[in-house]
Amino acid sequence: MASFIERMCLYRVLVLSVFLSITQAVDRSNFKTCDQSAFCSRQRAMKPGQSSYTALLETLELSDSHLTVQLLNNNNKVLLLLELYRLQGNMTRVKINELKPIKPRYEVPDVLITDPPTELMSVLAQDEHRVVLSLGGEDWRLILSAQPFRLDIMEGPQVLLSLNSRGLLAFEQLRIRKDTKSQTDTEEAGEKEDTEKHDKEKVSEGEEEEAEEEVDQPGMWEETFKTHADTKPNGPSSISLDFSLPGVEHVYGIPEHADGLKLKNTDGGDPYRLYNLDVFQYELFNPMALYGAVPVLLSHNTHRTMGLFWLNAAETWVDVSSGQGSSEVPQTDVRWISESGIIDVFIMLGPRPNDVFTQYSSLTGTQAFPPLSSLAYHQCRWNYNDQEDVSAVDQGFDEHDIPYDFIWLDIEHTDGKRYFTWDNNKFPQPKDMLQGLLDKRRKMVTIVDPHIKVDSSYKIHTEIRSRGYYIKNKDGGDYEGWCWPGNAGYPDFTNPEMRKWWASMFAYDQYEGSMENLYTWNDMNEPSVFNGPEVTMHKDALHGPWEHRDIHNLYGFYVQMATAEGQIQRSGGLERPFVLTRAFFAGSQRYGAVWTGDNAAEWGHLKMSIPMCLSLGLVGISFCGADVGGFFKTPSAELLVRWYQAGAYQPFFRAHAHLDTPRREPWLFGPDNTALIREAVRQRYTLLPYWYLQFYHAQRTGQPVMRPLWVEYPEDIATFSIDNEFLIGRDLLVHPVTDERSSGVTAYLPGNGEVWYDVHTFQRHDGAQNLSIPVTMSSIPVFQRGGSIICRKNRVRRSSSCMENDPYTLYVALDSQGNAEGEIYIDDGHTFKHKTDKQFIHRRLSFTANSLSSSDLSPDSQFPTASWVEQVNILGAQKPDAVTLTATDGGESSVEFEFDPDTAVLTLRKPGVNAGVNWTLHLR
Amino acid sequence: MSCALLLLLTSLALVMGTGTAVEIQRPRGVPQSKRQFYEENKPFTCLDGSSTIPFDQVNDDYCDCRDGSDEPGTAACPNGSFHCTNAGFRPAFIPSSRINDGICDCCDTTDEYNSGATCQNTCREMGRKERESLQIMAEITKEGFLLKQQLIHEAKRGQEDKQGKLTELQGSKKGLEGKMEALRTVKKTAEDPEKEAKERHLKSWEEQKELIRMEKDKTRMAEAFLELDDDADGYVSVAELQSHLELDPDSDGSLTETETQGLLGGAGKVDTSTFETVWSGIKDKYLSEGLSDPPAPVETPKEEESRDFVSDHDSDHYPEDYAGEEEDVEDDEEDDDHEEEEKVPPTVQTPEKREDDELSMPPYDTETQILIDAAQKARDDFDEAERALREVDGQMKNLEKEIGFDFGPSAEFAYLYSQCYELSTSEYIYRLCPFNRVSQKPKFGGSETNLGLWGQWAGPEENLYSVMKYDHGQGCWQGPNRSTTVKLTCGKETVVTSTSEPSRCEYLMEFTTPAVCQEPASLDEVLHGHTEL
Repeated sequence: MASFIERMCLYRVLVLSVFLSITQAVDRSNFKTCDQSAFCSRQRAMKPGQSSYTALLETLELSDSHLTVQLLNNNNKVLLLLELYRLQGNMTRVKINELKPIKPRYEVPDVLITDPPTELMSVLAQDEHRVVLSLGGEDWRLILSAQPFRLDIMEGPQVLLSLNSRGLLAFEQLRIRKDTKSQTDTEEAGEKEDTEKHDKEKVSEGEEEEAEEEVDQPGMWEETFKTHADTKPNGPSSISLDFSLPGVEHVYGIPEHADGLKLKNTDGGDPYRLYNLDVFQYELFNPMALYGAVPVLLSHNTHRTMGLFWLNAAETWVDVSSGQGSSEVPQTDVRWISESGIIDVFIMLGPRPNDVFTQYSSLTGTQAFPPLSSLAYHQCRWNYNDQEDVSAVDQGFDEHDIPYDFIWLDIEHTDGKRYFTWDNNKFPQPKDMLQGLLDKRRKMVTIVDPHIKVDSSYKIHTEIRSRGYYIKNKDGGDYEGWCWPGNAGYPDFTNPEMRKWWASMFAYDQYEGSMENLYTWNDMNEPSVFNGPEVTMHKDALHGPWEHRDIHNLYGFYVQMATAEGQIQRSGGLERPFVLTRAFFAGSQRYGAVWTGDNAAEWGHLKMSIPMCLSLGLVGISFCGADVGGFFKTPSAELLVRWYQAGAYQPFFRAHAHLDTPRREPWLFGPDNTALIREAVRQRYTLLPYWYLQFYHAQRTGQPVMRPLWVEYPEDIATFSIDNEFLIGRDLLVHPVTDERSSGVTAYLPGNGEVWYDVHTFQRHDGAQNLSIPVTMSSIPVFQRGGSIICRKNRVRRSSSCMENDPYTLYVALDSQGNAEGEIYIDDGHTFKHKTDKQFIHRRLSFTANSLSSSDLSPDSQFPTASWVEQVNILGAQKPDAVTLTATDGGESSVEFEFDPDTAVLTLRKPGVNAGVNWTLHLR
Repeated sequence: MSCALLLLLTSLALVMGTGTAVEIQRPRGVPQSKRQFYEENKPFTCLDGSSTIPFDQVNDDYCDCRDGSDEPGTAACPNGSFHCTNAGFRPAFIPSSRINDGICDCCDTTDEYNSGATCQNTCREMGRKERESLQIMAEITKEGFLLKQQLIHEAKRGQEDKQGKLTELQGSKKGLEGKMEALRTVKKTAEDPEKEAKERHLKSWEEQKELIRMEKDKTRMAEAFLELDDDADGYVSVAELQSHLELDPDSDGSLTETETQGLLGGAGKVDTSTFETVWSGIKDKYLSEGLSDPPAPVETPKEEESRDFVSDHDSDHYPEDYAGEEEDVEDDEEDDDHEEEEKVPPTVQTPEKREDDELSMPPYDTETQILIDAAQKARDDFDEAERALREVDGQMKNLEKEIGFDFGPSAEFAYLYSQCYELSTSEYIYRLCPFNRVSQKPKFGGSETNLGLWGQWAGPEENLYSVMKYDHGQGCWQGPNRSTTVKLTCGKETVVTSTSEPSRCEYLMEFTTPAVCQEPASLDEVLHGHTEL
């Protein structure tokens, strides 16, 4: 034992020194590689080959909702139970658990919005080798092979996906520790290989000998990383499964990683890691884990888009391997490895990208419909120092005529990092401050982190302690770790009682100094524990009966859930919440916004903001943004301007800066840069109606707001790897300038036969081409799709609320047939009345046969609006002789117009109709 | 600041003058000065001339003019502006986007005519408040400006004093330089005979010392003979000498008979007189039988060792970057002084080696002593003159530095020189020493932090002396060196009124001083004009 520890120490020193020498930004030695993670290295040591599992078809049972069959591990004779479900909406669920675990294994609760409804499965054929099941349709089949166990999902003769085809199913059964034995075993390093050989012999030898002769490997019963020991009272419990995707070269998803949109081959390197971590100064193009984890992977080729949702909240590693499968067909193999829990995987069969989004959102829900103002611009800094500072910054925006909606306060606003409190010296009158903002129809966000200062005079702490709501350490005492306040406890957000209590703390009479225009930011909820292993919580900490190991990736999800619930409750269920979170999991989209954490003021990080948010959008989290300007370090004026220009076209638009960086409010870089930033922010505000509409759709359908091009052009291979430009909805294509001293960008305009209009010049370009665009500092290359109608509000005011009743300007971009279509959505912008009382306007705008008309898409809803149509711009138009307006009551009036032959833009002057009624404009 | 204040007052006065006039009908949001461009029922030409529109399209909530001039009273144009009259206060332009946005911007409420916002007309109240504060400011400015005149006067006098003193010092410097040169000659003249006399003295002492040494040796030889002559037969025999192993010529540990005989010059024994030649051969090695340990061979390495140790120790203690450069410079200067002093020939205490330890040089004879005393006096006189010159140089340097400082156009900031002003906040005491440094000291223990050293005046071009910049303060962890910007405003007193840290390690200090108060031109008239409203 002693020698083992010594060797480990030596090893660690070596590893440490190697990593120190190559350290750039992040201190990689703080975080595990697969080799340093016992279960990952154990699982990864297993190579593809014949699976040791056999499906015991004689145990097969088929009910209306699902099929069950036992799987036998031929090596150790442990039995697993496989459950197969055919789910409504073209999905298959595969669950594998131990048939008789010695204690229950963790199954992730609260992420699925319902128990997914099933559909009838029927057996098409069966013999002793396989069972063929119908998945509906003409030729959708699932083949369950017995020896070795494998599943294939087929469409006609085509294999769409195979499971365990590489034989990497591995399920470490829970076991009783054989104490003395495990110790002697770990002393022998060479034992492992011997064991493997031994096991193989056993298999070939035969059947029913003592199957229990499994030998413990190092790290099964305890593990040490740096100075941190992980006692593993439950022993090994990891699981692994492989999936093969024939015909697939492009896979996406499994955020959060600072990497390109298309996932890379992980052969020879580390797998992508999913383990929510507070990574200081993260590195780009790296599969290391970051703050959040969504175990959802999308595959795409010209025929089909599919998804895999691996519902497991423990530390997870994902290997991706692309190459040639059999008969020179490309193939991508994916292997998931998790430390504990069960195998519970949802196979979403598409076939179109939007089908996969619909399928996934039917499982975990859609993006919460945010308050309109939260789609506007947010001004943040660690920290705005005091009330005077807040007021001066607020004033600065007005003086420089730059709109903003939210000003944010980071941790320094609190009394000694005690959340829900205010520093009395700096913020003696928070309500006065909030009222001052409210008077300008603006809002504030304060940070509320889930680490609670251990201080017997701090009400939040004493309440949590006395109610027993803290996470416990392995010995049963309250778990304590270091974070901003020093010694801190961590509330157990997995406990519904705890969440209920937490939510109640946001009531106006509980959170002193709060008002209705105060919202919340949940940071550090990975959770971040400065003195913990990998800057997070010890895995042997306890959440009731479960280890932190089991729930780790869920913690941040629950924090945001409880916080959002608190905001809803404080308004009596009326107002929509706004909560930003750093850590997240599958389903986090239901509770608010996410940002990409502590990035840096570097061009590479600006570029990276695009694939990072695109990846999140693909797995349901649409409300994503990166810190504009970069959190660490100081941006040049050029970088800051370019970041504002890019950020103005990303869903969550917030500038943020580290405490140690110089001030960077938009007006501090000279009048030219101030004007450039003002213009970028103003463009955001004019497009708020469009953004709001996209989020309305996202909430209803689960479609991402910010989309990779391939989502809309799934058959265009040229789009598959693009991650330096993106679509907002279907109709706006954005190619931000992300290079220093750029004189031009090349944007790919997709769509054979389509046309695109430059939104600034209205110049028309054909689709399916790489367009070179010369740029200056004021350029933000954005194109509107021909065939679309976009509504803007061009009267940009101090804050979005001030623009509520302002009129719309319509941009009708004609396609090559002279048609266009769009929508308009209006509600009060902040309550749930659109849902509860059907108070909203949703209309279709359609231009066809020289007529533009507005018709109701939701006749049973209503909402009174003061907004009207002040102008219509028809792009790619011809000059008419006359324009007449037919109003709801049938009355006709003529409308003045202007035609610019150079740009082919027809401008209709002041139709003046209310935005909520039917009308038609005729061009003659 | 005061300049801006003046402008403000002037415009206020103008407005107040016209404020009582009858309100003339003009389109909403148009200032009086542009009224003539908006003639009712006549086509309106955009103020940039870009197009002409029917008058009913003015303020019709649709933007027709590129310059926004057709919609002075609505929010239709993105670049328009709205004029509020604000009777009772001061008129203002606001961006068109603030019309009917639900927020009261104009104190006369005219910007919110159709938003449902309930605004109170606060112009009179604001006017009153502003007049009050203007009055207070005016009084402060007035008094401050008087103080400033005084400061200028004092600074002028101070400057003259300093200039005078500098001239004076320049004069005395010349004198001192002459004096020093003269004394240098005197010193030289006195030191030459001194040197000769001393050398003479030293030489005779050396001769005397040699005699004494020989005498001593003789005594030792006699003692050794007696000691060796164990049988007291008046001869030292081979056997008697053989017990002295230390004399072993080949150091093989044994003194053979032959060897011993060799020592005795081949004889079997020697008498006292022959022993003299033997003695000269063995005296260096010979150990008196009374001493147990041979001292000489051990002692030398010991001494070396300890010397090495000391020098190692030294270098350990003072690594190259240990001492600051400034200290080095000072040390060097001092070293020079020492060297000069050391040039004086060693006196009685010259350390000689052990043997001579008990021997000390006899005092100089009277004649030599007189020469030495004379030379010493010449040296002292020279040193004193040199010191005096250095002192004058130092004074001149300081004066020149002070005279060279930019204390403002009329040296009105000169009084701040070598002063310090403190401000106590809840956590820290901030200290501003103008033209020198800014620092911060925790109230409850902890060391002082340098927030910046005097850099330069850093106000805008037209008002350079309104801002001071102090930089190159203590470095910040992972950040820049600390720096402080000091904003100066007019006040009767010289006080630090506030400090803040808008950015990490970039401090902002507000400082009032009469030195920035501007002349309150025709202030009374302005204030008089106010009260009429």
